[in-house]
Amino acid sequence: MNALDLAGVGAGFADPVFESQSAFRGCLSALATPGTLVSLGAGLDEMPGLHAAAGALLLALLDQDTRLWLSPGVAVSRIASSLKFHTGCSLAASPGEADFALVAGADELPPLEEFSAGSQEYPERSATVVLQVPAILESGWRLSGPGIRSEARLSIPSLGEAFLQQWERNRARFPRGVDLYVSSGDRLCGLPRTTRIEI
Amino acid sequence: MFQTSDGDSKERREWMELLARAPLAMLESWMRSAGDGGSLPGRTWLRKPEAGLAMLRGRAGGAGERFNLGELTVTRCTLRIETGEVGVAYVRGRSQRKAELAALADALLQSPPWRDAVRRHLLEPVRAQLDAEATRARHKAQATRVEFLTLAREAGQ
Repeated sequence: MNALDLAGVGAGFADPVFESQSAFRGCLSALATPGTLVSLGAGLDEMPGLHAAAGALLLALLDQDTRLWLSPGVAVSRIASSLKFHTGCSLAASPGEADFALVAGADELPPLEEFSAGSQEYPERSATVVLQVPAILESGWRLSGPGIRSEARLSIPSLGEAFLQQWERNRARFPRGVDLYVSSGDRLCGLPRTTRIEI
Repeated sequence: MFQTSDGDSKERREWMELLARAPLAMLESWMRSAGDGGSLPGRTWLRKPEAGLAMLRGRAGGAGERFNLGELTVTRCTLRIETGEVGVAYVRGRSQRKAELAALADALLQSPPWRDAVRRHLLEPVRAQLDAEATRARHKAQATRVEFLTLAREAGQ
């Protein structure tokens, strides 16, 4: 057992049972209806560098059996020790070993191919990537695919052409591939591997 | 797992053990008198008291195979006081109040302005009480001690 520095640990959920259930429900509907923005973690203690929505998602989904990779911008002891304290998760040294990844910004997002994409037999063993961005717009890109009746409009200004090409390759290897959550403040949207993005 | 960074872990382990074994009544009376003398610092929960089970493992004679003795109810909590110190308690049983007071005392013992008062008014009485109980139990056992002796028979019988 390694020592855990508790000095910077955040408060976590005030009511762990109900708040983690409602956060779980929020994550579920965000991924089930891509392009829809979900409000998450509004009551959560502010922590510098960690969005409320991303924090609530990680507190709800991480446990002792999951490995978390933190991008350099969020790999600070406060965030790491807080998540380890509240969830018991362990940290992964590289994106490829992680079940969950928290990425501080679009410029720190490694190529999606670097994350675990699961196997043909067990596609659910892929990584879930949580990306924090300054803003999510409800206009711009046209999203289509499972969970979207006709089309949904959404765009993330900090993600450019290179990301869209990676995303297309990610979609093409279905059933393998990573799922992406994008959070901005206390708002969150889900982009599952099945969603097609067109400009 | 919960070691402090400044290397006083052995000392802290001792007081955490004392606090975990302290009777609730002693913690409560300390809390009342400490609250009178000067206001205790405010505190926020990092982890509210929660009860769980811990598996006790034993080893017969200290050398046998390890075996599971049984499960023990443990209540734990973590709190932070205003000045930033974090107190942790893992106590036997289901008393959330006891876990709370033990964690508060742990935090105060790390805080220089409070350290000596808590030592004097809580740790020392608890240590004395636990020692007295241990002595009483030892004497009680001693009083009914049975010596197995073999008396040599007298010759010729």
